[in-house]
Parts: sequence; structure tokens; C-alpha cells
Amino acid sequence: MKRKHRRLAILLACGLGLGSAAALTLFAFRDNLVFFVTPSDLASRGHAGETLRLGGLVAAGSIRHATIDGQPAVRFRVTDGRSSVNVSYIGVLPDLFREGQGVVTLGTLAPDGGFVASEVLAKHDETYMPKDVVEALKKSGRWQPDAGPPPPAATWNSLPATRNGG
Amino acid sequence: MLGAMEVVSPTAPPRGARGLHRFANPGRFLRLAGRALPWVSAIGLVLVALGLVWGLFFAPADWQQGDAVRIMYVHVPAAWLASAGYMALACASAVALVWRHPLADLAAVEIAPVGAGFTAICLVTGSLWGKPMWGAFWVWDARLTSVLVLFFLYLGHIALTRAFDSPERGYRAGAILALVGVVNLPIIKFSVDWWNTLHQPASITLTGAPTMYVGMLWPLLFTALGASFIFAALVLARLSAAVMERRIRALLAARAEGT
Repeated sequence: MKRKHRRLAILLACGLGLGSAAALTLFAFRDNLVFFVTPSDLASRGHAGETLRLGGLVAAGSIRHATIDGQPAVRFRVTDGRSSVNVSYIGVLPDLFREGQGVVTLGTLAPDGGFVASEVLAKHDETYMPKDVVEALKKSGRWQPDAGPPPPAATWNSLPATRNGG
Repeated sequence: MLGAMEVVSPTAPPRGARGLHRFANPGRFLRLAGRALPWVSAIGLVLVALGLVWGLFFAPADWQQGDAVRIMYVHVPAAWLASAGYMALACASAVALVWRHPLADLAAVEIAPVGAGFTAICLVTGSLWGKPMWGAFWVWDARLTSVLVLFFLYLGHIALTRAFDSPERGYRAGAILALVGVVNLPIIKFSVDWWNTLHQPASITLTGAPTMYVGMLWPLLFTALGASFIFAALVLARLSAAVMERRIRALLAARAEGT
């Protein structure tokens, strides 16, 4: 075995060891590596008073604007399709906040099972679509944004679009 | 100075040099790089200019994000090249460690600052994009944190290769750091699939159709390809300068010994 072959073998062995170590570590800490928990996670192992991030979709038709202590507040339901949690929040919402949109909220779980948020972040999905295309899809009844994820891009790539949506 | 004798030796490739080793000869590299550099730079600048004008002024805005989506035409190429640049750094380091080629050591040293620059652009533009869309400049989710770690790996490599009196030892330490850091690359790529993150999953993947309107995809591909050429041009220019610097040092050292 030539010396460079031995160095290559050592390098590959180290890589294999390091890779496995990293994979095992990440697997062991998988619960801590998530940025937020889903409503289902919360239902199975959340307990009142715990501060955490709750993420999911804003349920269609669930947004209620209100006033709490003279400040503008909003109540909505965060769902992951299987279970949902009522969230209340006092403060300014991000521009992308709407029904059907992904959100990540930081707050505490109340004894009644509701969630009191102190911060609401909007999470947008990986679909990039011009305004004209969305209007055309809505008009033809092929997609309603607050109902679910959009159809594949191949079905709307041929629709025309202007710079800012006419 | 270690390695000086190889550098002042005639630039003709050693007899029997075959395959890829022919291109690793410093003299041949200098000639090829000198010839390629103007073309690579020009192609990169033209593609980036076309892609940016197209993306910033003509491409449609996103229906939710509005004009803020145009940050993508800078952010996404910078992010891709931050990872691709690290892969190049790791390859150069592996070649340097296993085949002990002096040009690979120099290549690793010269790739790191360019990669760090692209990573910084990615982090800054991502932060500027995150505030209006998510509502936060920065969150500690897996994607953002792993890219920050990538930035620190680049900075660590830059510092480590310059921390020793003997450059050879610096190259060796830097190469080991670069290879250990490769673990981070799949974490960056798959962080958005493995864990819940605020950052959205990839729109453009090798396995599936893009989930981006074709009128936004094309300018993005132009800027991404152009940025890759600019990355290559920066590395070629830096590496040529480093090879020449090493030769001059060796000549000066030889002259000082002669007098």
C-alpha cells in the first residue's frame, strides 16, 4: 500500500466515524432541534405554564379581531390538520398573516388549553407565484389560498403575469 | 522555507505526470488561469447583470411578498455558492492531505475568504428579507443556525491557516478543520426537511419540479450561474496571485542566501 493510499484510507475512515457520530448526535437531539412544536405535539405532551413555540397553519375562518385592555388583539386557531389550538395575541401581526398561512408563535400554554402568544412570526411556503396567476387560479376555481397548498407549478406556469399584477 | 524548492524548480510538469496531475502543475495553472480569467470574469458579470436587471425590474412580484421577493435574486445564489464554495474548500483540503499537492493547499487558503464573503451576503440579505416577511431579522432555527456555523467555519479556516509560523502546519490544520466541517453541509441542505424550521423548504430541487413561477425562475438561474462564474474568477485571480507571491518569496529567499 502506497503512503498516499494509506492517507486516503485514514481520511475515509475518519470521515465515516465523524459522519456517524454527527448523525447519532443529531438523532439524539432531534426533539431540541425543532424550532416549534405542532398542535398535535402540544396535545400529547404539553403542560400548562410551559413557554414554547407553537407552529402550524391559521385555520380558515378562525381569525377574530378584538380589544384586550384597550389594545388591539387577535384570536385565531393554529392547526396541523389533526388537532388545533386557540391562540390569543396582543400586538402587531406580520404582513403575511392570513387564514391558511403558516405561523410560528412564541408564548405560554394556558390552563384552559389555549395558547397566549407574545410573538407571532409568519412562515411562507416554498411556492413563488405572481399576483395575476393567483387571481386566474381563484377565478377558475382551481385554488383558494386559505383552503390549502397550491397545485404544482406545471399547471400554472403557462398563465401570463405582469410585473406587479394588473 | 519549506516547499520553496518545488516552486523555484522548472515549471515543466514532472516526467510521467498523467491525468489530472497535469493541471495541478503551478506553471501550467498560471498560464491556464491567465488565459481563462478575462473570459470567466466577463461571462460572470454579464450573466449577473442580465439576471439582476431581469429579476429586479421585469420579473413579476410574488402575490404575498410583493417586491420584497426580489431579494431572492441575490440571496439564493449567495446561499448556493456559500455551500458549493465550502465543498470546493473541502475537496482542495482532501487533495492537499492525501496527495500533498502544494497548489491544493494554496487553493484552500484562497477559496475560504471568497466563500466567507458569499456566506456573509447570504446572511445579511436573508436577514433583510426575514424582517418584512417573517417579522424577525434573525431566529435560531436549524437552517439559519447551520448557515451561521458555516460562516464561522470559513472564518476559523481563515484564522487557522494564518496562525502558525510555518505555513505548512497552517495548511495542514486548516485542511483538517475544512474536512471536519463537511458534516455541516448536509445539515444545511436537509435542515428544512428534517426539522421544523421557520425557513421554508427548497423551491428548486434535483428530484422534483420547481415550485416557482417560470418568469421568476429564469432570472434566478441567470444570477446563480453568473455568481458561480464570479466566484470562480475571484478564486482564480487570488490563486494566481498566491502562486506568484510564493515564487517571488522563494526567489528573494534564494537571492538572500546567495549573497
